[in-house]
Amino acid sequence: MTGIEATPPDPAHDACLALSLFLVAPDRLGGISLRGSGPAREALIEMLRDEGVAMRRMPAHVDDERLLGGVDLAASLASGRTVRARGLLEEIAGGVLVVPLAERLDHAVAGRLAQALDGDARFGLVLLDDGTDDEAPPAALLERVAFHCDLTHARQMEGTLRSADPARVAPLGEEALHALAATAAALGVESVRPLNFAALAARAHAALEGRGSVSEEDIAAAARLVLGPRATRLPGMPEQAEDEEESAPPPDPSDGGERDEASDPGETLLEDVVLDATLASIPPDLLAQLAEGRARRSSGSGGGKKRISGLRGKPLSARPGSPRGGARLALVDTLRAAVPWQQLRRREYEADNDRLIIRSSDIRVRRYEERSGRVTIFCVDASGSAAAARLAEAKGAVELMLAQAYVTRSEVALVAFRGTGAELLLPPTRSLTRARRVLSGMPGGGGTPLALGLSAGHQLAEAVQARGKTAHLVILTDGRANVDGEGKGGRPQAKADALHAARAIAARGIDALVVDISARTAPEAGELAQAMRARFLALPMADAAKLHAAVNAAAPQARAA
Amino acid sequence: MGRNALASALLLRHSADQMARFPFSAIVGQDEMKQALLIAAVDPAIGGVMVFGDRGTGKSTAARALAGLLPPISAVKDCPYGCSKEDQARYPDVCGTGPLRKRAVPFVDLPLGATEDRVLGALDLERALRSGEKAFEPGLLAKAHRGFLYIDEINLLEDHLVDLLLDVAASGENVVEREGLSIRHPAKFVLIGSGNPEEGELRPQLLDRFGLSVEVRTPGDIDSRVEIMRRCAAQEADSQSFADSWAEEDAKVLRRVDRGRKRLASVELPDAVLHKAAELCMAVGADGLRGELTLMRAAKALAALEGAKTAGIAHLTAVAPSALRHRLRRDVLDETGSTARIERAIAEVLA
Repeated sequence: MTGIEATPPDPAHDACLALSLFLVAPDRLGGISLRGSGPAREALIEMLRDEGVAMRRMPAHVDDERLLGGVDLAASLASGRTVRARGLLEEIAGGVLVVPLAERLDHAVAGRLAQALDGDARFGLVLLDDGTDDEAPPAALLERVAFHCDLTHARQMEGTLRSADPARVAPLGEEALHALAATAAALGVESVRPLNFAALAARAHAALEGRGSVSEEDIAAAARLVLGPRATRLPGMPEQAEDEEESAPPPDPSDGGERDEASDPGETLLEDVVLDATLASIPPDLLAQLAEGRARRSSGSGGGKKRISGLRGKPLSARPGSPRGGARLALVDTLRAAVPWQQLRRREYEADNDRLIIRSSDIRVRRYEERSGRVTIFCVDASGSAAAARLAEAKGAVELMLAQAYVTRSEVALVAFRGTGAELLLPPTRSLTRARRVLSGMPGGGGTPLALGLSAGHQLAEAVQARGKTAHLVILTDGRANVDGEGKGGRPQAKADALHAARAIAARGIDALVVDISARTAPEAGELAQAMRARFLALPMADAAKLHAAVNAAAPQARAA
Repeated sequence: MGRNALASALLLRHSADQMARFPFSAIVGQDEMKQALLIAAVDPAIGGVMVFGDRGTGKSTAARALAGLLPPISAVKDCPYGCSKEDQARYPDVCGTGPLRKRAVPFVDLPLGATEDRVLGALDLERALRSGEKAFEPGLLAKAHRGFLYIDEINLLEDHLVDLLLDVAASGENVVEREGLSIRHPAKFVLIGSGNPEEGELRPQLLDRFGLSVEVRTPGDIDSRVEIMRRCAAQEADSQSFADSWAEEDAKVLRRVDRGRKRLASVELPDAVLHKAAELCMAVGADGLRGELTLMRAAKALAALEGAKTAGIAHLTAVAPSALRHRLRRDVLDETGSTARIERAIAEVLA
């Protein structure tokens, strides 16, 4: 394992380097996230084991008691005195906690780990991320581990882990700190944690190389391993204007022409060298994501939807009953019910040991309050005919209903159809900020593929129901379909297909509301509503106030919100 | 290396003085958050602080630092609730009669997955098992009494828990009626919630119950960021001498808070200022009376903090964004951020 100048850096090689750096300062670097399963990752874990590092795998179903320790119920009952059990985090002190399937990790567990890492953690974290596409480990954990390595394309693992003492390396100088800060700014890394990680990683790298002070190469390696994978934009790219009204883009001294300067060996600024070094480690799909306008903001908050689907009503207190017919035994509550009587019962039974005496009346079963979440799916006609006059008002209507959805804490999703297709612009979410951004960026124009729009809404509604939630469709259209279910023009076929799609929605009994957004009331939208067995709301020449009233009036019975 | 080096590095961290907190005055920027926290420290009845912002912006560092800065409280010895002398008189059943001892201001970090049992307290299984005694095991609310309760990502916390927390925070008392227990204990704390609106929002009803809200953002300019790195590195290298070098600044802050607390009751609020506060609330369309009340309270606390005898328009202006930002009638998708709307109103009303 030689120098870092190998270009482009091999992901496996980088992962190996990152792991070495982590081992140099495990207490401050938090850990490492390894994305992509495969032999390379296995080999890396194996290397860690060969080093004699204590490792424990944490199963996904771990509970608080096991994680943090608590009263060992079984042992306490057996011995008649309180026996405390050590938690996993305590047991692994001085070692490494391996989290398999980190992308599926429960957010409560992630919260615990994050808290431990912030506090008196005495373990390092290795996240094994098998996610695809949008899936990623909880952002709270990614934020707290220094290195994110993508091994998806790594074939094999060569190299060895090395070690050194970072204490002998002098702290970073002014220029180095500036270079890291400027690189982070250029890459849109907002959080301060990665900056500190990068500074420390640079020192660790210098220590590995046997240097007494941090060199350009060390800074470049640290930036590549720590900052690059966290990039939310490409250097030199102005922050998207509509992106956020907040966060004025930080002054970007490395903007523009940094490549030219870097290629000129005479005068290169350190920060340009460092920035160049990170380019290789910027996630390859970042550009594609940016093009779609969905680049992960700062620390990758793609977890929103996953989190929310975890809320399935609140657990209620346990009640007496027997654990049959699907009811689950609430062990702790059962014991709680039994415990106060023990001395009495012991006397009664003349029992001489410390065994717990449980009667059937003590048995408690769990109850949950079933309150499935609601998802309101807006299908918005963004075609030319609608756009010309009414798209702005349609957006206004969506906004008003979003407001309602917001108050009742249901989720919203947005499907737009125009031209020759329908598109899911916003998967179910509770974030208004995201909804607003998508809505304001929604383009208009083109034909009206009503059938496709309805099918897309229908599909999404079914997907939502499959997850145990209630779906409501709100369709905003003028009803004048002119693109058929195949994406081809032609009014008669388009209309037939649209009615067909509408009947399919009615057949599945999906709750729907059709809002006519045409300039003057026309029969088409009404027909559509009838075919869909949906409620119908016409908004001819409505101003904002009327719209508001209409939506409010429709909301309670429509339960659209 | 391997096992030994790794283990010793990790174990060392614990033995070293790692609980040393980042000095409050060493936090770079974040003036609005610091101001809100200090106001809450002067007047805990303000009703908590909600912090909006991304990860890594120093939210929890600031809250922790403030708790670390405050002088120790004197509490009943071994009392799990950390009761004061007044509490002792009011809740004789729960505090016992022990002598008073100094202890650090509590700072409780509520974990995301916390259960109701853990938060409220529950039947003490341990004691029950051991002696068949029906005793109450205090939860996190008890632990947070007279200190700070910090909840990261409060928007992801289950709604019923948030309801419960806000209710206790408002009443200053935790009432438990479950599992055959009937307990009432003091739980006065400053609730600090944080969250990133990108990941789901808090219901407006809940938001309204927070006294102040602030938006934090990492400092955008490179110099501030470099300064942050420099201070973090200094703290990691030698937390003791870092703390020492900021001790004087922290002591100043402490004196301000201390003086502020003493003066708070005597700060006057002229009618003219009250009028302006009401006008401001109407101008921005803040729903409900809570906005006005918080605005007045916060202005008073700020005046006390600054050593002024009367709260003036300047104080009102300084606290208005924090006190009103989260109470604006939801023109939900209005592109203008709420901060901008308030600033506009301030310019119109208070100019």
